[in-house]
Amino acid sequence: MIKNRPTIRDHSAEANLFARRAFVGFVFVVLLIGVLLNNIYTLQVEKHETYQTRSNDNRIKVIPIAPNRGLIYDRNGVLLAENRPVYNLEVIPEQVTDLEQSLEQLGAIISITDTQKNAIIKSNRRSRRFKSQVLKARLNEQEVAIFSVNQHRFPGFSVEARLARHYPYGDALTHALGYVSRLNKKELSELESQGLAKNYRATHDFGKLGIEKFYEQRLHGQVGSQRVEVNNRGRIIRSLSIEHPKPGEDLVLTLDIGLQKIAQEVLEGVRGAIVVMDPKDGGILALYSNPSYDPNLFVHGISSKDYRALLNPDRPLINRATQGRYAPASTVKPHLAILALEEGIVKEETKIWDPGFFQIPNVEHRWRDWLRWGHGHVDVYEAIEQSCDTYFYETAYKLGITKISNFMSQFGFGDLSGIDIHEETAAIMPTTEWKRQRFKESWWPGDTISVGIGQGYWTATPMQITNAVSILVNKGIHRPPHLVQVAKQDNDVEQMYTEEKPPVVLKNPHHWKIALDAMHNTVKKARGTAHKAFLGATYDPAGKTGTAQIVSIAQGEEYDAESLKEKHRDNGIYVGFAPYNDPRIVVTVIVENQGGGSTIAAPIARKLMDYYFETYPSHTEGK
Amino acid sequence: MNQLRQRRSFWQRIHIDLPLLIALLVMMAGSLAVVYSASGQNMDMMARHATRMLGAIIALFVMAQISPNTLKRLVFPLYTVGLIMLIGVFFFGITINGAKRWLDIGITRFQPSEIMKLGVPMMVAWYIGRQQLPPKILHIFIGFAIVLVPTILIQKQPDLGTSLLIASSGIFVLFLSGLSWRLIGSSVLLAIPGAFAMWHFVMHEYQKQRVLTLLDPESDPLGAGYHIIQSKIAIGSGGIEGKGWLHGTQSQLEFLPERHTDFIFSVLSEEFGLLGVVMLLSVYLFIIGRGLYIAVNAQEAFSKLLAGALTLTFFVYIFVNIGMVSGLLPVVGVPLPLISYGGTSMVTLMAGFGIIMAIATDKKMLLK
Repeated sequence: MIKNRPTIRDHSAEANLFARRAFVGFVFVVLLIGVLLNNIYTLQVEKHETYQTRSNDNRIKVIPIAPNRGLIYDRNGVLLAENRPVYNLEVIPEQVTDLEQSLEQLGAIISITDTQKNAIIKSNRRSRRFKSQVLKARLNEQEVAIFSVNQHRFPGFSVEARLARHYPYGDALTHALGYVSRLNKKELSELESQGLAKNYRATHDFGKLGIEKFYEQRLHGQVGSQRVEVNNRGRIIRSLSIEHPKPGEDLVLTLDIGLQKIAQEVLEGVRGAIVVMDPKDGGILALYSNPSYDPNLFVHGISSKDYRALLNPDRPLINRATQGRYAPASTVKPHLAILALEEGIVKEETKIWDPGFFQIPNVEHRWRDWLRWGHGHVDVYEAIEQSCDTYFYETAYKLGITKISNFMSQFGFGDLSGIDIHEETAAIMPTTEWKRQRFKESWWPGDTISVGIGQGYWTATPMQITNAVSILVNKGIHRPPHLVQVAKQDNDVEQMYTEEKPPVVLKNPHHWKIALDAMHNTVKKARGTAHKAFLGATYDPAGKTGTAQIVSIAQGEEYDAESLKEKHRDNGIYVGFAPYNDPRIVVTVIVENQGGGSTIAAPIARKLMDYYFETYPSHTEGK
Repeated sequence: MNQLRQRRSFWQRIHIDLPLLIALLVMMAGSLAVVYSASGQNMDMMARHATRMLGAIIALFVMAQISPNTLKRLVFPLYTVGLIMLIGVFFFGITINGAKRWLDIGITRFQPSEIMKLGVPMMVAWYIGRQQLPPKILHIFIGFAIVLVPTILIQKQPDLGTSLLIASSGIFVLFLSGLSWRLIGSSVLLAIPGAFAMWHFVMHEYQKQRVLTLLDPESDPLGAGYHIIQSKIAIGSGGIEGKGWLHGTQSQLEFLPERHTDFIFSVLSEEFGLLGVVMLLSVYLFIIGRGLYIAVNAQEAFSKLLAGALTLTFFVYIFVNIGMVSGLLPVVGVPLPLISYGGTSMVTLMAGFGIIMAIATDKKMLLK
């Protein structure tokens, strides 16, 4: 290597070469630093806002806060649905080192079911570990105390107070108020399609029945939110700002809880329904269906055992007041009398001979009157007062189904009453067309005759019967029934009027008075069917009894040999109003399978009216 | 005048280049501040970091005392020992996190590749420095071979970052020695099919992934792209003035991964903004300028080439690290020199600056 060195090293040339190369190197360094700076400048200056936003998106999370559900009061300000604090044992899985071991130790001091444990372990395996999960709902005071003493042993576990719906009157109001229960997936997807899901981000409960369901949007309120700073694992570091939720609207009902409780009391032990309505504004004062059940069972999730108990043959889940389809029976005789008068089939003074039965000319079949030996010669007053069937067999036969159907539809039969709960059926106001579709059969004249006394194919709900009589006492003005009077939020009070429906207009308004007077006589006159029930009343009542052969209230009911006998007994109906000359209430009572309207239903209506006029004595006197 | 000479001779006597030392100490002070923030005010980590810094400064002082002549005699044994150890790693190395980089030498575990960070440029500088400059083709090939063998061994560990740094330190020697531009040009042309071959035959799947992620980090925001996205968010959200020391949300709330090591530049950018970045780069530029100045003024070819190559390699660290965290380059595990938390690389780096200082204060240079 050494021997063949061709030239002597030129040190200054080498130094120059090196210096040039070092300079080139330095220029490269400066250029590349320029490249770096240019890139940093782009990020920090030109795209600063974008990255600022993304940085905030990283660290700022918005936690929704559920609004407090609106409260529900009766007409006198008595609280019917409230929000009560309940204490839940909750856990944030992220903060627990050994979840299964902690659950084991916790199980030693507070009873925790395996289902509850597994639910937490399962949800822990999915995401959202930093979110608080309910381990055990509704701790009792003792459990809260035991846990609080031992809390230091269980980091990540805590007792949290939440508001939960509570119904202090329990089963007295279930069918009217309904209840809330856990918001489920189906409801959530429905809310999504309506664009309301955002408002439910923090909400646990959802109205499932009655007022709670119908007024869900008003009761719910507006979701609030809290902006918090979180770290990369989602743990909350601090709160940045809070937008408070807006509580739901409070509702004041037209119900009178006192009257409602009487309704429950008087139906004790029987199946039936009661509707009390104020004909002046359509407000429902009482709406009760028996048997009932405790709505509080549903709030925290009903056990399958409790739920099965509700599926008994008495069908407590059905709201008989609005879903029960009963033959209206003789309670529709006043309306039918008006129609007969209007159509000129009878006059006020026309008397019809009742031998105890009715026969269509040239037909063998006899339609029997309830009074085997007949009522003799009866005019329209006596026919209603004594509930003479033959009178109405004959007028109905002469009117025909189409006229009856058209006229009675104006009183709301065969249609939803429009009451502000969703659990309602339209029942059936039969027509020839209806029968053809339903049974593929034509309408026989005999079908009309049963309809003439509110039976046959004709069914109605207690709500419809009440509403029809309310229209009657209002002489045609149709104020549909409603349960909510006022919605309140802060200082805003909104009157919840129900719009009037088209009135029933008579050619001769005097016919109203004939029907109403006849109902008055039913109570006043000694031969009247409700005379005995209202003896000695301090107010001036009027009404109409009814006794219906059985029409099953539900389809597909099981054949039950034990109860067969009872179920074949008549349904008793009474619909009445008082005071006669300035009606303040219309009362409908239906009692299933306990016999006639005058012996069972009318005395119950009497008790309700007695209570009402004791409570509101100024309403006793008419105009 | 007399006093000035007196003082100057003191620093000369202990072989320290004062401007370079001050710049390095400024960087270390800055490092303490940023690591304090990035570690979440972890005092244990701060203590360890400060201890390592002290060790690094001692290494600098020790290396500064070795004259280039003495160093030349150490080059061959150092390189040979390093090479043997790398081969040892290949057969008996300890695997941590899937990489076989460590050798257990009884007392402690250690990375032989750290030796080669100095060993390779020294060996190439020594070999090329013996020849007349510019070097002949044969010498260039031998020089390349000196670089290539350890580079491949380290690449196989795998440690792409270190192998790149070591390769570039050797190549810088060749460049500074006056490698003809024609050769440089043709190797760049060769690099294109070379890169193609690298992609298909050499690179590991995770390394390919890093490159792909670089091209489109948003394609996998929660996976491989997460690091780059979060880092860019940190840098970008810092703006001109930054969010303030200890107030970087990306770092303090732990959205930024590896924030006290490889991604510490993002922390600095977030908390001190563009102003902080400019200051950092200015000090870096000063150190590089000073290093090249020393190289140009060195007496011997070996000293020139070594000082120049070490200085330019220092810049490669900076460029690769900042380029990587700001999304210009793929994620390659290279720390930000003098700033990142982490032991050995800082010691090696400061030892390198010790060598540069030894060159700066070499007696022959003073004679000039």
